[in-house]
Amino acid sequence: MKYLVAIALAALAALSATRSHAQDAAMIEAARKEGKVVWYTSLAIPSSTALAHYFMNKYKGIEVIVNRNGSQRVLQMVMQEAGASIKNVDVIHTSDAGHFVLLKGKGLLAQYSPKAAEVFPAGFKDPAGYFFGMRATLSSIAYNPRVINEKDAPKTWKDLLDPKWRGKEVTAHPGYSGIIMTHVLALVKQLGWEYFQELAKNKLHIVQSANDPAQVVASGERPLGVNGAEYFYYKTMKQGNPIKIVYPKEGVPLVVSPTAIAKDAPHPNAARLFTEFILSKENQQILADKEGLYTGHPEVTYPKDKPMLKDLKLWAVDAEELEKRNAELKKRFTEFFGA
Amino acid sequence: MSIPQTTVAESAAGARAFRLRRFDATLPVWMGAALFVVVLMLLPLGAIFTTSAFTEKGLTLGNYVEVFTDPAYLKAIWNSVITSFWVGVIAVAVGALLGWLVTRTDLPFPRAVRALVMASFVTPPFLGAFAWTLLAGPNAGLLNNWYRAASGSETALFNIFTIEGLIFVMALYSFPYVFSMIANVSELISSDLEDAANILGASRWKIALTITLPLTAPALIGGFIVAFLHSLSLFGAPAILGLPAGIHTITTQIWAFFQYPPRLDLAAAFSVPLLLATVGLIAVQKKLLGRRGYSTVGGKGGQKRLLKLGYLRWPAFLLVAAILSLSVFLPYGILLKAALSKAWAMPLTLDNFTLGNFTFTFFQYGDTQAAILNTFKLGIATATAGTLLATLLAYITNRQLLRGARYLSFFVLAPLVIPGIVLAVGLFIAYSKPPLMLYGTIWILFVAYLTKEMPIGFSQTESTFKTIHPELEDATRIIGANRLRALKDVTVPLARSGLIAAWSFIFIGVIRELSASILLFTPSSKVVSVVIFDLKEEGQIGAIAVLGILLLAVSFLIILAVQWLAGREFFASSRG
Repeated sequence: MKYLVAIALAALAALSATRSHAQDAAMIEAARKEGKVVWYTSLAIPSSTALAHYFMNKYKGIEVIVNRNGSQRVLQMVMQEAGASIKNVDVIHTSDAGHFVLLKGKGLLAQYSPKAAEVFPAGFKDPAGYFFGMRATLSSIAYNPRVINEKDAPKTWKDLLDPKWRGKEVTAHPGYSGIIMTHVLALVKQLGWEYFQELAKNKLHIVQSANDPAQVVASGERPLGVNGAEYFYYKTMKQGNPIKIVYPKEGVPLVVSPTAIAKDAPHPNAARLFTEFILSKENQQILADKEGLYTGHPEVTYPKDKPMLKDLKLWAVDAEELEKRNAELKKRFTEFFGA
Repeated sequence: MSIPQTTVAESAAGARAFRLRRFDATLPVWMGAALFVVVLMLLPLGAIFTTSAFTEKGLTLGNYVEVFTDPAYLKAIWNSVITSFWVGVIAVAVGALLGWLVTRTDLPFPRAVRALVMASFVTPPFLGAFAWTLLAGPNAGLLNNWYRAASGSETALFNIFTIEGLIFVMALYSFPYVFSMIANVSELISSDLEDAANILGASRWKIALTITLPLTAPALIGGFIVAFLHSLSLFGAPAILGLPAGIHTITTQIWAFFQYPPRLDLAAAFSVPLLLATVGLIAVQKKLLGRRGYSTVGGKGGQKRLLKLGYLRWPAFLLVAAILSLSVFLPYGILLKAALSKAWAMPLTLDNFTLGNFTFTFFQYGDTQAAILNTFKLGIATATAGTLLATLLAYITNRQLLRGARYLSFFVLAPLVIPGIVLAVGLFIAYSKPPLMLYGTIWILFVAYLTKEMPIGFSQTESTFKTIHPELEDATRIIGANRLRALKDVTVPLARSGLIAAWSFIFIGVIRELSASILLFTPSSKVVSVVIFDLKEEGQIGAIAVLGILLLAVSFLIILAVQWLAGREFFASSRG
């Protein structure tokens, strides 16, 4: 995995960058004049809300308007607004890297290479400078330990196909979530469509967001999540809910969620400042500490009870392929699961 | 507008008499209102037909063929039809039973029962559906947990995420429509015929079955159609209960067509059959209710006497209470519990108690404040503009101010047969490109709500005006006021309570609207119902409960205000 090598290399490089403060001050001043930044994001509601408040505390007088929705809905909104020539969004963030290939191709993104992103490994940077990985999310298995014993719990993706889990499993939807879209592509490439065909026989409960399974598993409505945002499982678990996360040995889908500035951003300076902020070491460390996320930033440290990314086998997917196969993945998933 | 000055040479008295007959200076107002409403209805419908049947290459049936040959789409249509049919049947059974018990028998606490039926009516079905996922989810649902604890069984009593569950919840929030129709009719049936049967020796129950039931038959069939159509047009309940089990309906499928890459052509083609079905059913209903054979129903007949239920009085009351607890007490209870707890499925102990959901929803989560503001702005704007427009239109049709006024009411009432989501498809196509660029602002929602709520406002004001004799206006106009002035100074003050009711019906209709809003909002024009739906998709149970409680609280406050201001029962008059 080339970006893991890159993470290691970048970590060794251990930068101590002193930036030109005059330049920063000018950007902050221009951003203050604009007064706000509009953020369309697929980051979970509590996390995106918290992040907006960190920013607003640091840069008083610049309001962050958060519009949180599933990755596919964020794209739908961006495209509908673009089609109607509505200029509203400043910063776009989803968990479907394919979206950014599409948006870039349609000329809807602005080129901006954040200083903060310089230390990031290659897998987190668009070489042309249009989008940058704000976070890395895993899609994992999780179960409710009050309902399922640890020794019975599934260890691998194929374990989820066992008929004993019929009526006990929950899945999120690739037609809503970019994490799940990436997850489906990763598993289709490794295990084939037969895997999902087989899985559908277990009569899964279908929710939309990759964050929703955490609540469904914790309440016991369905004690076994066959996918879902690992950071949200982790956060829910840390709040005292009965959840155990399983990182299958065969491999774990890795989702790099890009951020980009809209071409017609009504608040371009605030958008740049916000982009610098979300990619800064300070914020990336907060995302790791408070939100349970992984990031591309090489200097960030992680909570002790989370596995290190280098200890996991990661399944990454290609953004171009994700973009090309978007419709096919949604359609086939819907065929198998009904909606 | 120039006014012909022909009265100069005439005597003062002659001039006044003439003014009643000559060209009316207020005519532009009436024409304007009429034209506005006709355009309001025609634009979206025209947009749907053209988008469904025209491509760049010209006229085509390709979209219809695609929609009606794909088995997945056919399945969605079938799901809609079968659920709505059963909702109609159950709603009629429950609504008629309750309507009859409340108006024709000595059931205890009839006023409280009416108030609770009204509460079911006011509850947005998507909120009821959400509450029922917490009550009857097969594994964590509260009722299923109680059942397992009580019976020692391992299985669930009831799984809400099924076709049956969907039917059940939609019926709970559709029966009040039937109730109000039945209650209105059976208030009017006099006891004369029942007395006659009694003298001939028929038993109480035989009378109920052979006299009262047939007399109410048209209302029952009408009630079935209204409940059927209501359930056909719902979006939130099927999305919340059906989609998790892989069940699509027409409305959720139309919504799915809007996802990227959007298929507006298919959405439009899919809307047309829904539209035709509703038009057809309304025509059937009109034919049935318009029949003359039931002349005993209508006008104030002889005396009405209450049937004594005897030993069935309290069992009947218990049954009614059970039904109302399914639609009101249990859902409201679980919402309150979810709003106040950290983990909704755990018992509400001191450890689990929190006010965090309230602080998060109102003060931290960015969408809420803007959405609440938008919702109330839209509620007030639509209710005010809607009442004003409905007043003008009802006045036109009632006093026959324009030629063809009868046909005007057809346009005004047309949205009754247009499901919200279909209206939204039309509005989206019509108003998302220049010159009519409303998409992206709350104005497109305003237009949607105004269109959708017009029939309710209109029928309220219309029935109010019927009770006010034109004599008083004529008197005002003889002493020199024009029609608008007469309307403003005489008729409107007399119709005050009816207008207040129209205003609040529209307001409550607006703040709970989801099925049109879900296609028309943009991130800068969100409303509370859309935020609730978004929160649902991410599983933010606590915040949904908080916003749901807010919607209900505001609705009930409005109702109390109406009863106090207008001095009338809110639910006394029927809807639509």
